[in-house]
Amino acid sequence: MSALLQVDGVSKAFGGVIANADISLEVPEGAIIGLIGPNGSGKTTLFSSIVGQHPIDAGSIRYEGREISRLRVAEIARLGLLRTFQQTRIYGQMDCVKNMLISVPHGSESLISMLSRHTAEQIEDAERLLEFVGLYEKRYLMAGDLSFGQQKLLEFAMALMNRPKLLLLDEPTAGINPTLINGLIDRLKRANEEIGITLFVIEHNMRVIMNLAEHIYCLAHGELLADGTPDQIRDDQRVIDAYLGAH
Amino acid sequence: MSRQEIRILLVIGLVAALGAPFLLPAFVTQLTFLWLMVLFALTWDIMGGQMGYNSFGNIFFFGVGAYVCAVIQRDSGLDWHVAFFIGLAAAAALGVIAAAVLGSGILGLRGQYFAIGSLGLGIAGGEIASGWDYIGAGSGLSPPLYPGELGARELFFYFLFLALAIICFVTLRRLYSGRFGLAINAIRDDEDKAEAMGLHTTRYKIVAWCVSAFFVGIAGAAAGNLIGFIDPRDVAFAGVTFGVWMVLMAILGGKGTLWGPVLGAAIFHVTQELFWTYLLGWQRVALGLLIVVIVVFFPTGILGWLKERYPERFGLALAGREEAGADEVRET
Repeated sequence: MSALLQVDGVSKAFGGVIANADISLEVPEGAIIGLIGPNGSGKTTLFSSIVGQHPIDAGSIRYEGREISRLRVAEIARLGLLRTFQQTRIYGQMDCVKNMLISVPHGSESLISMLSRHTAEQIEDAERLLEFVGLYEKRYLMAGDLSFGQQKLLEFAMALMNRPKLLLLDEPTAGINPTLINGLIDRLKRANEEIGITLFVIEHNMRVIMNLAEHIYCLAHGELLADGTPDQIRDDQRVIDAYLGAH
Repeated sequence: MSRQEIRILLVIGLVAALGAPFLLPAFVTQLTFLWLMVLFALTWDIMGGQMGYNSFGNIFFFGVGAYVCAVIQRDSGLDWHVAFFIGLAAAAALGVIAAAVLGSGILGLRGQYFAIGSLGLGIAGGEIASGWDYIGAGSGLSPPLYPGELGARELFFYFLFLALAIICFVTLRRLYSGRFGLAINAIRDDEDKAEAMGLHTTRYKIVAWCVSAFFVGIAGAAAGNLIGFIDPRDVAFAGVTFGVWMVLMAILGGKGTLWGPVLGAAIFHVTQELFWTYLLGWQRVALGLLIVVIVVFFPTGILGWLKERYPERFGLALAGREEAGADEVRET
């Protein structure tokens, strides 16, 4: 019962396509949990369901013991449950610092705070986190001028800026060169250990996810196929079959 | 341009604006309308430019302001100045209330749906006003005349509108450089992402419309008195003139910028007056052609075009950015 996020029997269909069927999983506080599966197995749909992007057909999603499956995206985000996107979404026409400042926590927003300026503390925070992901020197560059990998780092920093408790990362290493990947894994781990953010990560790169996660769930055809430690998953014949197309 | 130069230019501009009615006494009313146009363009740009929500309904708050103020002046029995300023305050308050109520109804809609939704507002306002006897129905309403002599009246309204335009500009400048500006820009650029980060998007949108309505309401109250006769369709809820012009001026100057609407309003107003003087009979055709030329050749407006051409002059080049220092969050 101490799980930060508890997904119980969640189903979601788009017309006749069943994207998620009766999925149950849990993410304990402080953990790094992985979610893998072949393309089209319903990973991103599950993320979208969790953060409230679309209503679910059945089941329940509990966050900190509270049912959130009926809340809207922004309400869930303000509770400290955030996602990043597979196709990075940053504000290309603004510089990195502004991108960060948009993402200040919005939990307690009054009319006065809406009409005031950012505090020096918030700007400091933004710069510290840009430093953390290695973008400090580029902080006044337009975010749209950054490379794709750097944009991913910026999006990650924006998510941290929001001080989430649970962060859902949708393929954080896709499209990033191998050198940068190592740096990113390191930062994900540090965010987990030092800042105490629980991570739930979709990843196709097996080396990354085996290194990162302590527990992995595997989806195939919208169903939960297997779960276990990285070693168990690596040796699971069903997982291997699914990836090779036998399922 | 350095800060020093900008400051000098601003002072020159201010002195010119203050001295204009004495140097050009024949044009005082025209110049007063110029400040009204600046107010229109600035307030429209909050929604249309900075937030990306094209509103065709802002003229509604103008009409509400005009009528509220005129009714207070007519019925309160107070001294002209007292009644007028109470009227201005009431117009602002009612504008904000109307924006908050209407906004919570239709600002849940996204972009183009909102535009269509807002389009009906001005039309509905005109219809209601022209059928309501208490405010003069179709025959309109005349606010009480300014008590001073003729010249004094014109100067009074000139400086009133000048002050309103400056207050509006300074307020927006301040708001755009803070959380509000960043939030509404974020809504314009990617509203889904803004929501995914927990931004109170609907709340920001409503506040943006309220800020807009605040100034448009006051402008309406003062303009009703300036024009001297409030016709429900041609003055108060003048969708096809003021309502469209405010959009055009902001786009002409460069929407989404602070100075763009000011520039656009000035150029538009002057051009329009020249067309009326020298192309009488063809002035609407000329205006239409001007609009086409603007959209085809300057789709991002004059300021947007200049920014693309001379980025270094706007501090957009890398070097200027570094110089600007870390502690300053740059405003556009």
